[in-house]
Amino acid sequence: MNHIEVVEGSEAVALAVKACGPQVISAYPISPQTHIVERLADGELETEYVRVESEFSAASVISGASAAASRSYTASSSQGLLLMTEVLHASAGLRLPFVITGVNRALSAPISIQVDHQDTISLRDSGVIQFYVESSQEVYDTHIAAFKVAEDQGILLPVMVCMDGWILTHSYERVSFIEQEEVDSFLPPFQPVNFLDVNDPKTWGSYAEDDVLMEFKYAIHEAMQYAKGRIKDVFSELAAITGRDHGGLIEAYRTEGAEMILMAMGSMVGTVKDAVDELRSEGKKVGLVKIRCYRPFPFEDIWDIIKDTKIVGVMEADFSMGSEGAVGMDLKAKLCGRPDAPLVLDFIAGLGGREVNKKTIVQIVQKAEEVLSSGLPLHEPHWVDLNPAILP
Amino acid sequence: MNITLGAVVKGGTSLDYKTGSWRDQRPVIHEDLCKACGQCEMVCPDSAVYVVDEVYIIDYDYCKGCGLCAYECPTDAIEMVPEEK
Repeated sequence: MNHIEVVEGSEAVALAVKACGPQVISAYPISPQTHIVERLADGELETEYVRVESEFSAASVISGASAAASRSYTASSSQGLLLMTEVLHASAGLRLPFVITGVNRALSAPISIQVDHQDTISLRDSGVIQFYVESSQEVYDTHIAAFKVAEDQGILLPVMVCMDGWILTHSYERVSFIEQEEVDSFLPPFQPVNFLDVNDPKTWGSYAEDDVLMEFKYAIHEAMQYAKGRIKDVFSELAAITGRDHGGLIEAYRTEGAEMILMAMGSMVGTVKDAVDELRSEGKKVGLVKIRCYRPFPFEDIWDIIKDTKIVGVMEADFSMGSEGAVGMDLKAKLCGRPDAPLVLDFIAGLGGREVNKKTIVQIVQKAEEVLSSGLPLHEPHWVDLNPAILP
Repeated sequence: MNITLGAVVKGGTSLDYKTGSWRDQRPVIHEDLCKACGQCEMVCPDSAVYVVDEVYIIDYDYCKGCGLCAYECPTDAIEMVPEEK
C-alpha cells in the first residue's frame, strides 16, 4: 500500500529524486527552486552533492558525472537556466541522460521572481526533452519517469521537468508515494552506452565539419521522434504501478464532440479544467488539451483531438519577441497546408505571474467565439488582460 | 564511416593533427640563459614544451606560436622569431 502525505511541491520533487538515487547532484540555489535542493542536501541521500559557484558549473558537473556513468540531477530557475544554456545544448549533443527540474520563473529585465514559462521555453531548441506538469502528484510521478526516459538507449538525452514556481513548488498538496522497491523495479540502474574510462580514453564531442554536423543534429531529432512512442510506454508502465494515469504526451480533457479546444500547459491547466466544466454545464462544446510533453512536440496526438474541431485557443505564458507565442507557432507550423485544419488563436496569458482565473478563461473563450461568428481570423496573438494605458 | 553517438571516438586523436603549421612565430630557447625553472612547460596551452635529457625543448609539430612561454620566461631565454619560408 502506497503511503499518502500532504507535502510541499518542492518536497515531492526531492522525494522523487531521492527514490531514483542519483549518484551525483550539483545545484546552485535560486528562487523558487531552493526548497528542492535544500531537501536533497539534507544528508539523507547517499550521493555526491557538489556545491558550485554558478549554474554553469552545476550543469557542467552533472554532465561530467553523467559521462562518468553516474545517474545525475540538477534543478534551477529563470536566469540560472539561462546560465546553463550553453552546457545543455552541448549535453544533448553528447547524449548525456541527466534530469533537470526547470522551476518556471520570469526572466529579467525587469527582475521578477514570479512564474511564467519564458525561461524553459527559451531552451526548446536545445535537444533537451521537456515535460510540463500540473500538480504535485504529477511532478512526483513525472520525475521518476524522467530518469527512465532519459536513460533509454534509444533516447539518451537530458530531460527537463518544468514546474511552475511558487504555485507548485511552494503549495502543499496531497501526494501518494511509490514504494522504494517498486521504483527500483521500474527504474533499473543506469547503463550508459559510452562512459569515461581511464583505461580506455576516448574523445567526447569530437570536432565535426560540414560533412557530418547535420547528421549529428538529425540524430538528436530522430531520438526525439523515437521518444514520442517510448515516453507514452514509460508513462503507461508507471501508471500500471501507481494506478494514476496522467495521460501520454498530452491529456485530453472533455474533448468529446468539442467545437473549441483550449490548449495549455503547467499549473494553469487546473483552472482551465474548472472553467471547461462550467462552460460544458452551460452547453458550450469546449474541451482542453493539456501538453505534458512539449519537446518532442506531440503534434500527432494533438491532431487526433483537434482535427474535427473549429477553433483552438492556445494559452501560453511565453512570447517570442517580435513574433508570437512558441506553442502557438509550433501548432500553426504543423497545421499549415491542411485545408481541414481548425483556426488557431494564440493567447499570451500569465506573464510574470499575472493571474489566470476562470474569468480570464471565459474571456478567451468569448474572444474565440467572436472570431468564429465573425469569420474574421485573428492573425496576431492576443495579450490577455494587457493594460495599454500604462505603457511608456 | 558512420557517425557515433555523442561524437565519442577513439582518444588521443589530437596527436594526428600537427597544429604547428598554424604558427607565424617560433619560440627559440637560448640554452645559455635557461635556468630550467619549468615555467614555459607549465604555461604552454598545447603541452608542446618538455624536458629531454635535462634540456627544455619545444615540439614544433604542435607549438602554435602563441608566445606565452616567451612572455612568462623569467630570464628572457625564449625569443619569438618570425617564421619565414
